[in-house]
Amino acid sequence: MADTPFQAAGREVKDEKNISVFGLLTDSAKGAVESVQDYAILCGRSIANIFVGPYYVQDTLVQMDFIGAGSMPIILLAGFFIGAVMVLQTGSQFTRFGQSSLTGDVVAIALVRELGPAFTGLLVTGRCATGIASELGSMLVTEQVDAMRAMGTDPSRKLVVPRVLAALTMLPLLTAIMDFIGLLGGCVASVFSLRLSAIEFWRRAIDALDFADLMQGFSKPIVFGFILSTIGCYKGLTVRGGTQGVGRATTQAAVLGSVLIIVADAFLTKLALFLADKVF
Amino acid sequence: MSSAVTVPSDTGPAIQFEDVRIGFHEGDIFRDVSFRVQPRETMILLGETGTGKTLTLKLAAGLLAPSEGVVRVLGQEISSMNERDLLDFRRKVGFVFQEGALFDSMTVAENVAYRLREDRVAEEEIEPRVLEVLRFVELEETLEMLPSELSGGMRRRVSIARALINHPPIVLYDSPTAGLDPVTSQTIITLILRLRDVYGVTALLATHRLQDGFALANFHFDAEDNRVVANARNGNANRAGQTARTRFLVYRDGGIYFEGEPEELASSKDSYLKRFLV
Repeated sequence: MADTPFQAAGREVKDEKNISVFGLLTDSAKGAVESVQDYAILCGRSIANIFVGPYYVQDTLVQMDFIGAGSMPIILLAGFFIGAVMVLQTGSQFTRFGQSSLTGDVVAIALVRELGPAFTGLLVTGRCATGIASELGSMLVTEQVDAMRAMGTDPSRKLVVPRVLAALTMLPLLTAIMDFIGLLGGCVASVFSLRLSAIEFWRRAIDALDFADLMQGFSKPIVFGFILSTIGCYKGLTVRGGTQGVGRATTQAAVLGSVLIIVADAFLTKLALFLADKVF
Repeated sequence: MSSAVTVPSDTGPAIQFEDVRIGFHEGDIFRDVSFRVQPRETMILLGETGTGKTLTLKLAAGLLAPSEGVVRVLGQEISSMNERDLLDFRRKVGFVFQEGALFDSMTVAENVAYRLREDRVAEEEIEPRVLEVLRFVELEETLEMLPSELSGGMRRRVSIARALINHPPIVLYDSPTAGLDPVTSQTIITLILRLRDVYGVTALLATHRLQDGFALANFHFDAEDNRVVANARNGNANRAGQTARTRFLVYRDGGIYFEGEPEELASSKDSYLKRFLV
């Protein structure tokens, strides 16, 4: 009993209050370790529950709509201009060496390998991890999560799994759209700014990519989707302090989600480069 | 509602706490709390804010685990159950939260039908059952409304309807009349009386309002006349011919300060208990 991460309020009480500097540091470290432990439990349970019913198909579709279709406008807008800026920045350097035709290669590789997944992850974190945290946090402080449990529903299955599944499936799709729109933006910029031919830009961009680039570019968003959805759920389901707490949790979800995505990106890039050398 | 709940009277107490202790970061909320609630009995939980009335309800529903001690409900030791077993167990207990805790993105009908849909009950069976419980709380006209469109009293009544949808033998009420005007409070108390006297529901009721407890102790619902009537004494004969008693439990400083009949509480000379009687 009480083995869900949503019951963190029920921790054991310390008999003595430690008010020394060392004690405060120790308490702070313990608090951090407990948070990591609770987050790990939530992640483990959400992965396990993906493979065990009951499934909430309608809730999952609603979340897919929220995360996928709902994020389309910002992905389209940001993607187009990221691609355009890439061309403007790299093109001016290549022009100095008379190699402006290489712009398509660079933009394609940078977008597909790195910028597409990372920007998609960060933008969707800003929009959806915060939305998830505030929605679940509001449900928690108004006792709707307790009401759910009181009626025999596991919040992990009903609230967490649909959001995680939706993010896992939608992030790669959004990344694909971001990559395409980014290249389109780059193409437009290269035609009007560098006077390159659109056909030449697309031919070089497509030729520059190989299977390892696509593997790297589409495995990252799966991990980023998992991070942003679980961070949003974790922060929402551990809200303390009423509506003010919901605000704090929302901010923390955006900050923590973004930082974790950037950190994970570094490790995933290293892993992908290693695998590209050894496997592909 | 069409069917009365069935609690076998030979199974012992419906709810039993044995030496329960629970604490949070602020300190112990409970120390050595022990009490029993017999089938069809209503236990009124009184106490100042933060003394653990809501925690008692959450412990009885298995929403919280005690640090020490044993909680038994309907003969099952829920304090040692894992979360998966608890999810099944909680389907036998109705919980009415203080502010209703209705799902704010769902209509009243969807809120009330929530548990049935979770249990994969056929859609053609859901609608009449939802209408039946909403008629019981006299809110059948609110089917398609959202919780935000309801008054505080209506939200509590929908919450009661939601808790009753699968006829639980035990209902836990968390301050069901808090913040309501006297007329609406009376409507809620009448509903609780009807549930107890007509359907034999066992109840734990946390409240700040002593008059709610005395209303439950001194009145009963006459199903034949369809109205609330005064008792000759505490414990009236209900339709099933069984006694519906009301008892009081008063918390103070993390422990039980008083447990007993309404008459004992009313005649007490104790200065702390008198604060509730004023």
